[in-house]
Amino acid sequence: MNIFKKTIFSVLLSLLVIGSANADKIKIGTEGAYPPWNSKNEAGKLIGFEVELAYTLCRYIGQQCEIVEQDWDGMIPALIMRKFDAIMAGMSITAERQKAISFSQGYADEVASLAVMKGSSLEGLDTPAGINLTKPDAAAKKALKTLTAALAGKTVCVQTATIHQNFLDSGDVGKVNVRTYKTQDEVNLDLASGRCDAALAAAVAFSDYAEKSGKPVVLTGPTFSGGAFGNGVGVGIRKDDTELLNAFNKAIDKARKNGDISRIATKWFGFDASM
Amino acid sequence: MDLELMINSFPKLLSAAVITLKLLSVSLIIGLFIGLLFAILRLNKNILINKFAYGYSYIFRGTPLLVQIFIIYFGLGQIEYLRTTFLWVILKEPYWCAIIAFALNTGAYTSEILRSAFQTIKPGIVEAGQSLGISSKIIFYKIQIPIAIRQSLPAYGNEIILMMKGTSLASTVTIMDLTGVAKYIISTTFKPIEVFILAGGIYLFMTFCIHNLIQLLEKKYKY
Repeated sequence: MNIFKKTIFSVLLSLLVIGSANADKIKIGTEGAYPPWNSKNEAGKLIGFEVELAYTLCRYIGQQCEIVEQDWDGMIPALIMRKFDAIMAGMSITAERQKAISFSQGYADEVASLAVMKGSSLEGLDTPAGINLTKPDAAAKKALKTLTAALAGKTVCVQTATIHQNFLDSGDVGKVNVRTYKTQDEVNLDLASGRCDAALAAAVAFSDYAEKSGKPVVLTGPTFSGGAFGNGVGVGIRKDDTELLNAFNKAIDKARKNGDISRIATKWFGFDASM
Repeated sequence: MDLELMINSFPKLLSAAVITLKLLSVSLIIGLFIGLLFAILRLNKNILINKFAYGYSYIFRGTPLLVQIFIIYFGLGQIEYLRTTFLWVILKEPYWCAIIAFALNTGAYTSEILRSAFQTIKPGIVEAGQSLGISSKIIFYKIQIPIAIRQSLPAYGNEIILMMKGTSLASTVTIMDLTGVAKYIISTTFKPIEVFILAGGIYLFMTFCIHNLIQLLEKKYKY
């Protein structure tokens, strides 16, 4: 009986220890479906730029991390409801999201672009290579006009709750028929099937898909940044969690200084997307 | 609780509920015809026809509705040959893909409901008709079908309610139905509780209406 009691006691004790060890871990939520930012390999393991960067940042913070998967459309609600403590999911820093959560400083930036299938009438639009929408200059305004005319009545597909959807909803390119999908994978599928006349997402998401699927997906129009597209990608953290916010900001500083961010970004993107 | 958000999103959700009702009614009407046809095929004595009808209802009742929608929407969209045929005009539209999936699904269940209703009709009733010299065609249309419909009302009412909730899966293929719009509002406000409570309330109200309607019909066709 005594041995029995002892066993129970030690099991309970070890549970307690495991429990407290878990409590110390920083839980980071990611989508796992937005390569090269974050995705999964064949074995179902989370990989990608942000997964590797997350472990690096946690090393600088000096705490253990656990990366958990969360569907994109429930990402911010899940953070607020404490399913995890931080978001690293290619989430751009926008004014709209900042009403709900805080962001660390940006660690990487991406440009968005329209993509079409080769041979589409939307291929080869007469626009500059890139436009910034924070303070659009004459060339950017002209490009938006060109896009408005070209996209009128067309179906443009985007992932739901993204900066890309916000941009199309903002009316900067007029009234387009916006179709929203749960994941970028589904956007790619419907672009290839011809249900979408065009799709809007991070330019790297399309080049990654074109490379892996062998489908003739090509970028068209200008690359977009600023304005509705936000100011880089940062770590999303609950508003009341200032301690963790400071820790991440410091860790990003250190990782940037040591060249970790550009090294990891170059590895996954093929170019230095760090900021 | 963000009351202002709830008040603001209510009209948007209501107009989305109209889409939900449209999806439901169109697929129920098509599904009822499919169900009736396959119920009759199930009662056929030819073993091949019988097995074919059984196979259809077995497949569609044995797989999740979500999988059926995905196969029809994303799966068929991958077949390049299909995109060159006239079928693509229909399959290109998410709305029709959802209708096809819902109608085939509810058709399978309806065929089972109607089949069992036909089989519960006492042979004496049919024999009574025969002894009066009524042709078997008229017995079928004027006696068997009305009784079968009455018998199947409670089970069919359940099927309507299940299907109504099933239409929420239309949002997975980009249709802005009640669930789709609720998700859209959440994606910009990040407040799932308020919006889902409202959407759930609207679904519950629709269930309430369907339930009462079926009860009314049951009373009307009592014998």
